[in-house]
This record gives sequence, structure tokens and C-alpha cells, in this order.
Amino acid sequence: MSIISRGFRGKRRDDGDRVPPGQYLVDDFPVLSAGPTPRVPLDRWEFAIDTEAEQTHRWSWEEFMALPSETPTADIHCVTKWSKLDTTWEGVSLDVLFEDVETAAEYALVYSYGGYTTNLPLEDLLDGKAWIVHRFDGEELEPRHGGPARLIVPHLYFWKSAKWVRGIRLLNEDWPGFWETAGYHNYGDPWREQRYEGD
Amino acid sequence: MRRLTWRPAELVDGSAETATARTLRFRVPGWPGHLAGQHVDVRLTAEDGYTAQRSYSMASPADGDLVELTVERVRDGEVSPYLTEELRVGDQVELRGPVGGWFVWRTESKAPVLLVGGGSGIVPLMAMIRARRQAGSRVPFRLLYSLRDPERRYYAEELRRPEPGLDITYLYTRSAPEGVSRPAGRIMLDDLAEGGWPATFEPDCYVCGPTEFVEAAADLLLALGHAPERIRTERFGPTGG
Amino acid sequence: MTEHLDGNALAGPLGEIFAVDVTSAVGRCASCGLTGPVASLRVYGPDPGLVARCPGCEEVVLRLVRGPGTAWLDLRGTVSLRVNLPE
Repeated sequence: MSIISRGFRGKRRDDGDRVPPGQYLVDDFPVLSAGPTPRVPLDRWEFAIDTEAEQTHRWSWEEFMALPSETPTADIHCVTKWSKLDTTWEGVSLDVLFEDVETAAEYALVYSYGGYTTNLPLEDLLDGKAWIVHRFDGEELEPRHGGPARLIVPHLYFWKSAKWVRGIRLLNEDWPGFWETAGYHNYGDPWREQRYEGD
Repeated sequence: MRRLTWRPAELVDGSAETATARTLRFRVPGWPGHLAGQHVDVRLTAEDGYTAQRSYSMASPADGDLVELTVERVRDGEVSPYLTEELRVGDQVELRGPVGGWFVWRTESKAPVLLVGGGSGIVPLMAMIRARRQAGSRVPFRLLYSLRDPERRYYAEELRRPEPGLDITYLYTRSAPEGVSRPAGRIMLDDLAEGGWPATFEPDCYVCGPTEFVEAAADLLLALGHAPERIRTERFGPTGG
Repeated sequence: MTEHLDGNALAGPLGEIFAVDVTSAVGRCASCGLTGPVASLRVYGPDPGLVARCPGCEEVVLRLVRGPGTAWLDLRGTVSLRVNLPE
């Protein structure tokens, strides 16, 4: 039983029914990092999809920017319990990037500049559920928030939305990523409060 | 030793250190004592169970079941505004410690000591100065205290009193008071060469402050020939206040 | 801007698990072989978990995640720890 500190509330706002269990709303955009912020010059940036048959699809920054873009608005939920509503992004749907990719793989391992990885079922990246974004709130995506480009998968806890995304490896077997091998849940559905391994 | 647990801590005294910092004295029943330089984790719990936790260095050596912290209010912070503005005498928090066995000064040590503090990084160094005084140690201490301007000075009265064997140099980064010849600016090689000890004296160096300050000062000490194993550092974080 | 703390910040969280102070122990990085006190590591976090990186090569040497009633400690980036013990 903890001691309650009189009058302590923290920096939280009241939540509504758009907020998953155990989450609270914030107005700012907290920055969490597991390492130094990578600086990726755009002329050396690339994004790749590597299939289980060892076929690689690559996009340079120019090629990526020439793809049809979307402006998704999404509520995001961090496993450290903050949620932020109606965030606005601009980027390319994974459906566009997967258009010419032939695969029968069920699993995806997302990897980033700087060495971060996160895993999820491939189906969670498709059908309008995920984007590679390069703008946030009408501005270029800042490096501390994952710029030049990051993944967003808003229906899962936000650690799945890898910053500084570099590519996606398609796999026949699930390969747990950085936080998934250190106690966090393998899937991470905020509405089922799948925070830690075993939740 | 034992594994750590949270203990209730009651505020028995709080006083303004500067316009933005407050020194807090807690009574912690069963406190096992601590070494100068160690820190504690402070946990706040709201009525609905929400908790927030931060680390703070202790400002004074062991004194029975009393633990003294100095907390700088971080703008938009979560814990420091509560500790500096809201917490009243008689209120309770939870405290875990002491922790940290690296950034400590032991009173039986004989080597000369160089303390280099940036901003609120002075706090654990002050515990070392006070521990030296309390133990009657004659080990020579030198303190370089880098701060924005004179109004930011912690423990101003106490550090103004002359103390045999303790030399203090203030390094102002934004605005220096009248009569100070060093122009305001960040810590430089000359500051450490003049206000510190020659490397041949083999002093124990303790550097504490914001990450960038610590890296700069530690690099300068290495450049002056101080051995890496004699430079102990502690970085204060940007995490949320 | 530098975003990290140092290994001193691990003292409390590791103190929940170990009976000795691990931050003054000397560790060896599994990636580059650099040795040094745990206190000198570059630490990122505390949320979602503490990630300690080698100051020489920036590889991960230790990770610590604290959940309700459980802590996960990953030391695969550490070859060894030399711990001073009181006689």
C-alpha cells in the first residue's frame, strides 16, 4: 500500500471514452528514447521491404516522396500510459508500399536507423492501418520524433510505431523486437491493456 | 547491505534556496544512513494510484533519520513543481535509498579533492563539503561552481563563510557580478587549470551537472592529464523534472 | 542535444534486485570489450525501460524493464561484472 501525497495529481487531464484502460491524456508530445537520435541525411536515406524469399524492394527519399500520400488523423497510446488524441500526420500508406511485394509471410520485423526493432503480424500493417510518415502537425517530422520518417501503427501501443524507420523484414516466424525481448508484450493492444509479457 | 524498499518520509522543514530551488528536509523512520554523494528516489502517489518517480541527490551527510534534498523546479515538470511549491510540512512522500556507490566521497579518503558542479549539480558536492567539515577532515578541497548568474547560487550564505582547506571559484555562464574579471561563459581549460589541482597531485575529481556540462568538464580534465579512473561523473537528466 | 543520463541512475532500480551496489561494479562490453564502472554507462530512459549503452561503442550493454510485480533484466551486452564485496 503506497503512501498518498496530498494534493499530487501529476500532469494529467481527465480522460474520456476514447482513451484505453489505464491511459491518461496529455497535450504535449513526450519523447522517449532508447539511444542516441540518429541523423540520417536524405541523400543517403532509404526504405526497404525484404521478403522471406530474399527479394528487396527499395525506395530512395525522392522515390518515396513521389508516392501518393495520405494525411491520417489518429489517437496514439504509449505504453507508459499517456495518450494523445487527433494527432495529424502525412505520409505513405503501407498498402501503397506493399502493392508490388509478393509474400506469404505472416510476420514483420520493423528495423530502424540506430538499431531499434519491433515486431508485429504483417496483417497489422495492411488495410489502412499503418503509414510511413514524414510530417507531423503540418511540419516536417523532427528527428526526436522519428524524422526524417517513422512508422505509425496507431491501433497498437506506440512503441510499435518505430522512429527512424529503415525497413521491414518479412518472416515466416515471429521474431520479437527490442522491447518485446525485454518484458513488453509481443502484440501490444492498448484496448486489451497488453503492456507486459503475460498481460 | 539489503535490497531497497520504499519508506514513508515526512517533510519536517522546507526553505527557499533560490527563486526556483527549495531545500527539503524529510524525516525517514528507520533510515540506514548514507555517504556523501549518494542519491534517493522519490515517489509521489496520487489518490487514484497514479505515481511519478524521480531521483535527487542528498545535500547533507547522514544525520540520524533526516534526509535533506535540494530540488530545482523544472518548468513543465511533474514532480519538482509539486516538491518545490505544493508540499507542506507534515505531508508525506515515499523515498527509496540511499543508492549509488560510485559518486561518493568517503571521509577516510586522503587524496585532495576537486569538485566541479554545474547548476543543481552542486547538491551532492555540497554533501561532500559538509561531510568533510562534519568529520574534521583536513583533506584539501577545491570547488568550481558553474552557474548562470549570482541569483542562482545555492547555499550562498554557507559557502560565503571562509573555511580552511576549501577554495571556491564561481564560474558565471550568463552574467557575472560586478568586480569579477572572468567574462561570463562556459567552463574552459583555464578555469580548471587555475581553480583546480595539477594532475600530478592526483586529486579525486567529482563532476556533476547537466549532461553537456559534465562531458565538457570531464574532457577538459582529461586534457589536463587527470587519470580517467580519478574522474567520477554524475549527469543530471532532462527527464521530465 | 544529449539525451542520456549515466549509470548512476541505475542505482535505485538495480538496488531493487541486487543486495550489492552494482553501479560501482566494473563491467566489460560484449561488443567492443571496453571495461569501466557501470556508473559510467550512457543511460537512456527511464521509460519505457532503462537502456544502458557502452560509452565507447554505443551498443546496448544492459536493459531493465520494471512492470507491476516483475522486473526484466537483460545483460546479453555484458561479458562480465566485477563486483567489490565487503569482507
